[in-house]
Amino acid sequence: MIYNEEFETLPREVLESLQLKRLQQIVQRVYHTVGFYRKTFDEAGVKPDDIKTISDIRRLPFTAKQDLRDNYPFGLFTVPMSSIVRLHASSGTTGRSVVVGYTKRDIDTWSELMARCFVAAGLTKNDIIHNAYGYGLFTGGLGAHYGAEKLGASVIPISGGNTKRQIMILQDFGPTAICCTPSYALNLAEQGAAMGVDMQSLKLRVGIFGAEPWSEQMRDEIENKLNLTALNIYGLSEIMGPGVSMECLEGRQGMHVFEDHFIVEVIHPETGELLPYGEEGELVFTTITKEAFPLIRYRTRDISRLIAEPCRCGRSHIRMDRVTGRSDDMLIIRGVNVFPSQIEAVLMGVTEIEPHYQLIVDRSGTMDTLEVHVEVSEHIFSDSDEVRYLQKMEKRLSKDIKEYLGITAKVKLVEPKSLQRFEGKASRVIDKRKM
Amino acid sequence: MTEEQIAFYSQGGKPMKVEQISIFLENKPGSLENVTGILKDANINIRTLSLADTTDFGILRLIVNDVNTSIKVLKENGLRVSRTTVVAVEVPDRPGGLHSILEVLSKNGINVEYLYAFVEKSGQNAVIIFRFDAPDAAIDVLLKNGFTVMPGEKLYAF
Repeated sequence: MIYNEEFETLPREVLESLQLKRLQQIVQRVYHTVGFYRKTFDEAGVKPDDIKTISDIRRLPFTAKQDLRDNYPFGLFTVPMSSIVRLHASSGTTGRSVVVGYTKRDIDTWSELMARCFVAAGLTKNDIIHNAYGYGLFTGGLGAHYGAEKLGASVIPISGGNTKRQIMILQDFGPTAICCTPSYALNLAEQGAAMGVDMQSLKLRVGIFGAEPWSEQMRDEIENKLNLTALNIYGLSEIMGPGVSMECLEGRQGMHVFEDHFIVEVIHPETGELLPYGEEGELVFTTITKEAFPLIRYRTRDISRLIAEPCRCGRSHIRMDRVTGRSDDMLIIRGVNVFPSQIEAVLMGVTEIEPHYQLIVDRSGTMDTLEVHVEVSEHIFSDSDEVRYLQKMEKRLSKDIKEYLGITAKVKLVEPKSLQRFEGKASRVIDKRKM
Repeated sequence: MTEEQIAFYSQGGKPMKVEQISIFLENKPGSLENVTGILKDANINIRTLSLADTTDFGILRLIVNDVNTSIKVLKENGLRVSRTTVVAVEVPDRPGGLHSILEVLSKNGINVEYLYAFVEKSGQNAVIIFRFDAPDAAIDVLLKNGFTVMPGEKLYAF
């Protein structure tokens, strides 16, 4: 099912001419209303009139999260506060929070895009939606709420937390769909089971999960435990909130980016160079219809790839793959993209070592080198206390890394608690190449 | 050694074996000193030791007067420790002493994982610490060939 059949199935050439028209308008508007854009466009030597084809977007400078912070709180708004009907903000865990504003029309657009997401998930006005995304400054709760109302479904604005009550409502109200983070879905499944509730016999049919990276393995686990179809949704407050892209029930592979409202690109995170479809890189979005807070070529730091092949659902909008990581964490070693999480996946499950590790990147001559330091666990000698046994284990881990990531790494066993511990976001990389 | 003694030691096995402590250490300044400091504070006496090392890490092997206390304090200090079983064999401290043991072991197809040695206080005998895949079979062969296998208790209290 498709909510807005006309716009969601536009032939590519029509879609692209619509995008160009909207891009030209937004570029004119930001250039003439926001000092920041005037400055960065001028520095890049590009004028709004230079945008003649859709590929001219590449001439525009990127906008980074730091630019948003520098203009905190309202510096990048293009309309007076009297036109703004709502404000949201990011949590600001990694610095100053980012504040986003919406006009009445922005809210309408967002509601429609969320309604499109629900319909892509097979929902209709007859569904009851258990919305466990947090309500408040976070965009998740209200974003999904307005979309559900737009569709005409019955929405339960449960928000996050109070899991026991959530489980009671899941049983008593009989929602047919649930929206939350994938980890909260698993949490509900586990706590429900612990309470003696048969979580597979609820009326839930579909789950719309997002706001954090998750894997196909996690999808299987959620589907099994809650007996529903799990779908992936993507969004970020800077661009709009949830509903920037959504997986369809028919395809279940990759999320359709609502291209009549956003232009998506994938760039090389280091060089900024545009990458062809299918290649993994950093997602960059340009909002082409937003009024209050448009963004030009916003670097999301999210790593994904674009899928250009048409989808069986009939939507013409391009799909983006599951987000696999953040470019902040990405390392390029001998030209190979490496995420600490990939190394972690190799190290996980080896009983002789702890999940505490550090990656040390250096350069020897012209060659990048990668050392993986990993703490030994109390099971280190469980098979033998011989040197060759431990060396064999180091070699085996190196081989696994080579097979999994395609790069050669030297694994070094270190003493317990010798690596630095982190309270919040772990910084597991020491890149000596830049020193 | 009598047939009865041989039977006792090779069947029971245990009294003849020695418990050794293996410790994982990184190859960096202060690693060893950390361990000796912990043992000193716990009033542990080290009977003998060996250190196997690579460029990155080492495995320190110790025979001490109090195995249980040593393991406890080392673990409390966050070290990775294990208890391994080794065999201590006494040989006269003279040319061919070690060779006579290895000859017998080799003839019987017994593989040595590693070994280290020290000389007894009296200066008469050397004690060779062996790590075998199959310590019971090794003890059996050694005893049958007339070697003196030192019981753990004797070595700890040496």
